[in-house]
Amino acid sequence: MPDVDVIVVGAGPAGSCAAIVLARAGKKVVLIERGPFPGSKNMYGGVVYPRILDQLIPEWWLEAPIQRWVTRRSTMIMTDTKALTIDFRSQAWGAPPYNGATAYRPDFDAWLADHAVAAGAELICSTTVTGLLHDANGHVSGVVTDRPDGELTASVVIACDGVNSFLAKQEGLYGEFDAANYTLGVKETLALPKDVIDERFGVRGTDGVDIEIIGCTGGVNGGGFIYTNLDTIAVGLVLKLPKLAAQKQRPEQLIARLKAHPAIAPLVEGGEIKEYSAHLIPEAGISMLPTLAGNGILLAGDAAALCLAAGIWLEGVNFAMASGMYAGQAAAEAIRSKDTSVAGLAGYQRRLEATFVLKDHRKLRRAPELVLSDRVQHLYPEFATSVAERMFRVDNPEPKPGVRKIVAQERKRVGIRRRDLAKDGLAGLRSFG
Amino acid sequence: MIESPWPEISFEDRIGTASFNVHHTAHIVVDGKVCADCSTRECIVACPANLFVPTSDGGILFNYEQCFECGTCYMVCNREGAITWNYPEGGYGVVFKRT
Ligand SMILES: Cc1cc2nc3c(=O)[nH]c(=O)nc-3n(C[C@H](O)[C@H](O)[C@H](O)COP(=O)(O)OP(=O)(O)OC[C@H]3O[C@@H](n4cnc5c(N)ncnc54)[C@H](O)[C@@H]3O)c2cc1C
Ligand code: SF4
Ligand code: SF4
Repeated sequence: MPDVDVIVVGAGPAGSCAAIVLARAGKKVVLIERGPFPGSKNMYGGVVYPRILDQLIPEWWLEAPIQRWVTRRSTMIMTDTKALTIDFRSQAWGAPPYNGATAYRPDFDAWLADHAVAAGAELICSTTVTGLLHDANGHVSGVVTDRPDGELTASVVIACDGVNSFLAKQEGLYGEFDAANYTLGVKETLALPKDVIDERFGVRGTDGVDIEIIGCTGGVNGGGFIYTNLDTIAVGLVLKLPKLAAQKQRPEQLIARLKAHPAIAPLVEGGEIKEYSAHLIPEAGISMLPTLAGNGILLAGDAAALCLAAGIWLEGVNFAMASGMYAGQAAAEAIRSKDTSVAGLAGYQRRLEATFVLKDHRKLRRAPELVLSDRVQHLYPEFATSVAERMFRVDNPEPKPGVRKIVAQERKRVGIRRRDLAKDGLAGLRSFG
Repeated sequence: MIESPWPEISFEDRIGTASFNVHHTAHIVVDGKVCADCSTRECIVACPANLFVPTSDGGILFNYEQCFECGTCYMVCNREGAITWNYPEGGYGVVFKRT
């Protein structure tokens, strides 16, 4: 008999949701976290989309540790001296059932883990899982930890150990490693008085702002972001690893460059750095997806590369919560039917395919590559902003040129081939349309 | 290049804003012999914690203490055996607060 029914490794959003489901299904579940408390190792940009929690914690918004509700979302395309912004506001997003919310991960992840404990899961912190145990048939049968006598056996192990998932790698569930599938996220949490944030970002109360930026990462392919918390703002970048490694500017220098941009400086000026942080993102979507189940093991969240990082979308927490929840359901089902082999755990893949988790990834499968492509990163920002500049510039006594003429001239000047523009436009329509 | 309109803080002050519960044994070990032959040195520019420092004799000085445990270094390094990478013992290492 195994020690417990299920071991969940990692108390991030994926692990805690898996543990909640299993504990409520009456399974004996242990949730192991290497940090001193859940969330202590976790860093992200700043916005969670918790709608999926309706299925686990009704009216979660009454109790979740939220900073602000995002009611204003801007997408900014910039060059060193210009910026073109699409600015969207919806007051509906500031009231139940809400849309996105800013939150600190050490708060949010700890809160979610509390729900797992309340449901009956046993949470063990300050414990690093160092490997998987296997039975005579090669099925995963438990984990090894760095505690004295630290072996623990279970019918199923759910690996929710994040982007580096050494458990998935040990089990051979990933294909060939490619650093180009990953981006480095770096950010600064800057302190500013609440009324200053409200004024600069044009919001009141607990309304908040999400700004996504393209064209702000120098020679590195990637993107930038600014999110408002109550009395801090998060400013950061995501940077494609091989490109970052192949040039000269360090991550914090690239952040300094963004903060100095004329469109950004007035927003961040005077903000005192409260915390500098970094974390990796699995960025390549469906094209890097590992095998999601093995005999006695399931992968969920970033460990399964299920983070959706498609340019103006950076959603990982909701994909982690959902995949963790479905992994928990599939594991409970497999234990009930006394078959925890790959075949017995097939309910996991089925659930992911039937819901947004894999549907969104399949729909947006071309998006990560397109958004991080050299043209979108290094040519289109100059093209779009210079078209805007010429449209809004008054060149009297010259008459106004037609928009078509401006577009054709700027396309040529920037050096974009018509063929490529059409191709990327089509790829964009296919992925986002 | 855009000039910063206000002074940037030193890297020491920057990394000092994050909290680390340092264990006495290193979770990442870098083999200086491998690094000595490396001309590309991806780790130096990419490590967000600036922990890989080139020395005057062409080597690499590495200190594990103020590490984000992100994984960037072992991913960008192309040399087999240069970096032995593990998580710190449970409960040790970086502790994020407002991230
Ligand atoms: C810069 C950046 C910006 C982002 N912005 C957003 C955003 O705005 N919105 C959004 O939704 N998503 C965002 N994401 C993505 C999001 O953070 C992740 O997709 C999400 O955290 C994945 O959750 P998870 O539970 O799978 O993994 P994690 O949150 O990484 O949790 C994994 C857990 O496992 C633990 N662990 C790991 N290994 C072991 C081990 N061996 N033993 C014990 N415990 C272990 C870790 O300590 C950690 O607690 C961003 C990510 C980054 C880096
Ligand atoms: S760690 Fe890797 S990239 Fe850095 S100097 Fe050594 S061999 Fe080169
Ligand atoms: S894990 Fe990250 S912070 Fe630590 S040494 Fe490697 S690159 Fe630097």
